[in-house]
Amino acid sequence: MASANNTDVNLESAMLLTEPALADWLVAAPLILGFLFGALCLMQRKNVIVQTRIALFGLLLMLIADIGLFINVWQNGTVVMTMGRWLPPFGITFAADMLGATFALVAGIVGLAGGIYALSDVDSTSRRYGFYPFLLLMLAGVTTAFLTGDIFNLYVWFEVLLISSFGLLVLGSERRQLDGAIKYAFLNLIATTLFLIGVAYMYGVFGTLNMADIARKAPALQDTGPHFTIAIMFLFAFGMKAAAFPLNAWLPASYHTPRIAVSAVFAGLLTKVGVYALLRIFLTLFPADRDELGGVIAVIAALTMLIGALGAIAQTDIRRVLGYLVISGIGLMLAGLGLGSEIGISGSVFYAAHSMIVMTALYLLAGIIGRLMGTFDLNKAGGLYQASPWLGGLCLILAFSVSGLPPFSGLWPKILLVKGSIDVGAWWLAAAIIVSGFLTTIAVVRMFLFAFWRSRPEGLVEIGPISREGRIKLYAALGLTALTVIAGVYPEPFIQVSDRVAFELTHPQTYIDAVFGEKQGGSGL
Amino acid sequence: MEVAIVILTGVFFLVSIYLILSRHIIRVLLGVAMLGNGVNLTIFTGGRITREIPPIIGNNASVPLEGIANPLPQALVLTAIVIAFSFFAFLLVLVFRTYQELGTDDTAEMRDAEPKGEASPPLGY
Repeated sequence: MASANNTDVNLESAMLLTEPALADWLVAAPLILGFLFGALCLMQRKNVIVQTRIALFGLLLMLIADIGLFINVWQNGTVVMTMGRWLPPFGITFAADMLGATFALVAGIVGLAGGIYALSDVDSTSRRYGFYPFLLLMLAGVTTAFLTGDIFNLYVWFEVLLISSFGLLVLGSERRQLDGAIKYAFLNLIATTLFLIGVAYMYGVFGTLNMADIARKAPALQDTGPHFTIAIMFLFAFGMKAAAFPLNAWLPASYHTPRIAVSAVFAGLLTKVGVYALLRIFLTLFPADRDELGGVIAVIAALTMLIGALGAIAQTDIRRVLGYLVISGIGLMLAGLGLGSEIGISGSVFYAAHSMIVMTALYLLAGIIGRLMGTFDLNKAGGLYQASPWLGGLCLILAFSVSGLPPFSGLWPKILLVKGSIDVGAWWLAAAIIVSGFLTTIAVVRMFLFAFWRSRPEGLVEIGPISREGRIKLYAALGLTALTVIAGVYPEPFIQVSDRVAFELTHPQTYIDAVFGEKQGGSGL
Repeated sequence: MEVAIVILTGVFFLVSIYLILSRHIIRVLLGVAMLGNGVNLTIFTGGRITREIPPIIGNNASVPLEGIANPLPQALVLTAIVIAFSFFAFLLVLVFRTYQELGTDDTAEMRDAEPKGEASPPLGY
């Protein structure tokens, strides 16, 4: 250690001299595991069987680490770790509060489900071209973005997940994929560059990049021009990442082009990183700007959910229907941010977790349906109910869940959001939530009607039963569906979690105190 | 000094936005590369520009000299350059492959993922 030097500097005021608790290392675990197993997979690139086993083991370990982290944060409050032992704000801080830990946990579930589904969906050529390494790296990037406490570090993780998602998107290099990838790549890169401009301004104004430090300094610079510029910059950049209404064009242009396993994890993970960043920036860092911009965000939210649902109705391709539903869900998550009340934010967070699980499950289901029917086109769909009634049941559960009908998990966050809107008299937002739910019901139930209820159109081959390989896909979808059923039937623990997230987010001082080591012990509640 | 760099940064943004608004994908790509450089200059200026005293602590000192250059923006810019460069390389290959496959670099004609005149969804059965 540096204390051996013959300088008489008091190290305690700059460096952390005690070892962090072993459980705190869980904050860095998803990152370490993702990169480690990604590298191991890459070493076994040509040995497809070994590579797959390594990858699944890695994904499982990441999920276990996420669960451990979640339990740790739930019991002990925000877990903080600083790189290189420099005290915050000098070292790069990783800080897992309830928001980050919850999102990381759901991301771990989605990643594992995607990895299992890919067992029978992604062919060995694509595996040789690095499907699993990209998946692991992307998951590591997404999870660490949820856990980092440094704004420039957040940018770096955005880029890590972005470049891995490019790799996943163009696996196969079909014409369609290249076309989709161009739009996805350019628009997302521009969005992250705008985010970086925001970071540059932020550094110029605050002289620090540590989120907790910025949150501490923000009130002093309230109501100044640069402060508001930064807030708008972030709203624009993350709105684009999240595919919020006027900036949503890239999502339906690209999400239906890659393999289903890839679309599914994209739908579950990527836009939610944008939502996470918005929640973090506007609730922890700049709560005063949120109060200022709340109305704008609420209008964006209402438009996003309506446009998404209307877009879904207008599509013939099942995957593109789902792409628009992802956008519609983003609107609901932003609604809580627009309201800013504890109940609204609780609804947003619950909805985000619900949407990550259900949208992934829906894409996986669409993949199974598409494989069985040989097409994703609703005009040529039909006859699936005869081939597999159980699959029909699964489809109906997910359809109800995504449109927010009881008894599945979409219902409860919507109730919270509608109640939150009515509490502040925003009847139009409540109306938008209900109308978009209604439109979503039309879009997904129509999908069910045409794919399952309708008899097979004339002149097409009959549908065979699900192959043994295809069952693996079914298990992945079933696991996620089970979660939405559980959260729908017994929502109490889930609402408890989202309530606590909302409490922490509306009291940013807990986050600041945790990072600067002024922990009040025990949980934040 | 700062004023000059701010104007230069403005020119970078101007050029890059002009290029990004083009329909030709290769111009957009160049615009994105310019945008990255504009941002790097923004970070650099954000860290304040000072005279060139290197931020190194001398042999017998325990604190650096007065008025040293700010090392942090340089680290940030370095990271941003590396990231921007790797993205540029990827996008260059992507654009070239797309040009080979689709035979066009006009974004308005890239309609493979979202074909024109698609049939509307079924209205009843």
